[in-house]
Amino acid sequence: MEKLFPKMQIINENGEWNDETYRGEITEELTKELYTKMLRSRLFDRKGVNLQRQGRIGTYVPFEGQEASQIGSAMAMGEGDWMFPTYRDHAATMTFGHSLKTLFLYWKGRQEGCIPPEGKNIFPPAVPIASQLLHATGAAWAEKLKGTDRASIVYFGDGATSEGDFHEGLNFASVFNAPVVFFNQNNGFAISVPIEKQMKSKTIAQKAVAYEMEGVRLDGNDVFAVYFHTRTAVERARKGEGPTLIEAVTWRYGAHTTADDPTKYRNQEESVNRRETTDPILRLERFMKNENMWDEKWGADLQESLTLEIEAAVKEMEEAQAPHYNDVFDHVFAENPWPIESQKEAYAHSRGDR
Amino acid sequence: MTTAVDTKKLTMVQAVTDGMRVMMKEHENVIVLGEDVGQNGGVFRATDGLVAEFGENRVIDTPLAESGIIGTSIGLAMNGFKPIAEMQFLGFIYPAFNQIMTHASRIRARTLGHFTVPMVIRAPFGAGVRAPEIHSDSVEALFTGMPGMKVVVPSNPYDAKGMLVSAIEDPDPVLFLEPMRCYRSTKMDVPDGKYNVPLGKAARLQEGDDVTIFAYGAMIEVVMKAAKTAEEKGIKCDVIDLRTLYPLDKEMIAESVQKTGRAVIVHEAPGTGGLGETIISLINDTSFLYMKAPIERVTGFDTPVPMFALEDHYLPSADRVVQAIEKVTQF
Ligand SMILES: Cc1ncc(C[n+]2csc(CCOP(=O)(O)OP(=O)(O)O)c2C)c(N)n1
Repeated sequence: MEKLFPKMQIINENGEWNDETYRGEITEELTKELYTKMLRSRLFDRKGVNLQRQGRIGTYVPFEGQEASQIGSAMAMGEGDWMFPTYRDHAATMTFGHSLKTLFLYWKGRQEGCIPPEGKNIFPPAVPIASQLLHATGAAWAEKLKGTDRASIVYFGDGATSEGDFHEGLNFASVFNAPVVFFNQNNGFAISVPIEKQMKSKTIAQKAVAYEMEGVRLDGNDVFAVYFHTRTAVERARKGEGPTLIEAVTWRYGAHTTADDPTKYRNQEESVNRRETTDPILRLERFMKNENMWDEKWGADLQESLTLEIEAAVKEMEEAQAPHYNDVFDHVFAENPWPIESQKEAYAHSRGDR
Repeated sequence: MTTAVDTKKLTMVQAVTDGMRVMMKEHENVIVLGEDVGQNGGVFRATDGLVAEFGENRVIDTPLAESGIIGTSIGLAMNGFKPIAEMQFLGFIYPAFNQIMTHASRIRARTLGHFTVPMVIRAPFGAGVRAPEIHSDSVEALFTGMPGMKVVVPSNPYDAKGMLVSAIEDPDPVLFLEPMRCYRSTKMDVPDGKYNVPLGKAARLQEGDDVTIFAYGAMIEVVMKAAKTAEEKGIKCDVIDLRTLYPLDKEMIAESVQKTGRAVIVHEAPGTGGLGETIISLINDTSFLYMKAPIERVTGFDTPVPMFALEDHYLPSADRVVQAIEKVTQF
């Protein structure tokens, strides 16, 4: 099966060409845009981990190492499309339109962190594993019924493929020919469980076969491979040619969450070594150097401006007005039924507010 | 003459581990399965060290699938094993709800006792630890309302081990709920070997004649604080830790309210459909004529548990409990 689903790559670890099909489209402008977005998300992620350590936000879920997968795929989506992220996909959602402030608010335990900007179809992060695959299928199906050419993309990990919802999502999408891209980030682990213990199949892409849909396996640390192959899947979806399952093989350097200790189940040395080999940002930098697109000053200025942007977002998050307890009560239904209304009144009364 | 029993100071989560270890040593058919329970020792370390001691055939990292874990546990239990299935959080039990509701809880009834499902489902639950969304759900009432399930909630390390032993020995499926807030909040002397704390029996934590407070799990700490404040105001509370939510300890509930004539029920789960309503109807059935005041409830709201920036508002506080105590005593 591995032979049937080779890991597609456009540039290799050293930033050299492996597949020149898209050479004409890989401009300096596109390259710099992808680099900028990846660095932005990495700096954001490191800030998230630090804020958690300082007790300024709650548990945080890091993604460092997975930038190419998330950003390459999000870049392939268009205005009006739908995005269904998990708790780990901040790089994808910030690429698709979430503000950094909103993302920080989420990890500060604020409901506001679930609200996308006007006009952006970004669902709140799915916390129960694999549940979002069906929502993506439903939303895509709705677009098909409405006769638009819009598509959905849904993110999930390798562990998620064990849940029933994964199989139901793929099956529905296949049966109803829904325009959805199932984007798997195979980072090798579901908390402590390595993929060999999660499934006997060697690839995730091969699971597409059972549902009679396209399956694509790619190097998830090569942002070009992710971008162009996801774009193809989206185009196929828009044309009514059905769903695609993409497996992006990637790696997350750090812990599952800031509440977790990876040294208990993973050889962290391997993880550290990968910073020199498979790192998606370093790879792009090498490519840019090979292609004479790199400029030290550009790199340094970028680092500085992104740092300022992130600091500003942290400030906005920390200065956001404290939430009111009425938020607990006021959004469960369009109109409060009496039990909630009386609980709300009793609570205000118990605080001496009424 | 009493025989000295060796004890260790343990947290609740360590006591849970110890309960499983003792039973796994004694019974070869007791196995532990779930997500990350092996090498990682569970996300809360409740199975820490068990894989080293008992091997990968008895402490099993499963694929990430709750319906799969519970469904296969049912088959294992029907066929000679005693599975202890860990749900990572109670809020992630929903994919398994179908298996528990339609099979685990009714196989004995469906087969007039021919097949049984002697299994334990362990799940951490409850708010107050600043966990992300869904991790803090308190949905015990879904299971107390499920015919065929026993539901238990220890509130301290001693009870946790003794009740887990009883749950494992129980011939029927038991949902063993572990309040996350209590996991590491206190240490207590816990006997080394095997002992039982019976299921179905509540515990009186404090004697008082004026009002009975019913609570369980993480709310025990809150009500003990409230009882202390009440005492400073001259109100003496009878504090009952329910410990088993299905079946409730009808005798102790009746005995206490017949003495005090007043009751306050505290739980963090939503008020509507919550255990408080069942307790009120039980009091109505057994002790209506003894009551001197309407029964008060301090509960979570009929809303999803909010994200943690607001969870302190959601959770019953000692202040709200004290207000309820004053309301029933001043009636
Ligand atoms: C239904 C459900 N069960 C358990 C969990 C707890 N949990 C959170 S993340 C995780 C592992 C997910 O692994 P994977 O799907 O590979 O995604 P990754 O986190 O590696 O991106 C688990 C078990 C959950 N969130 N939802």
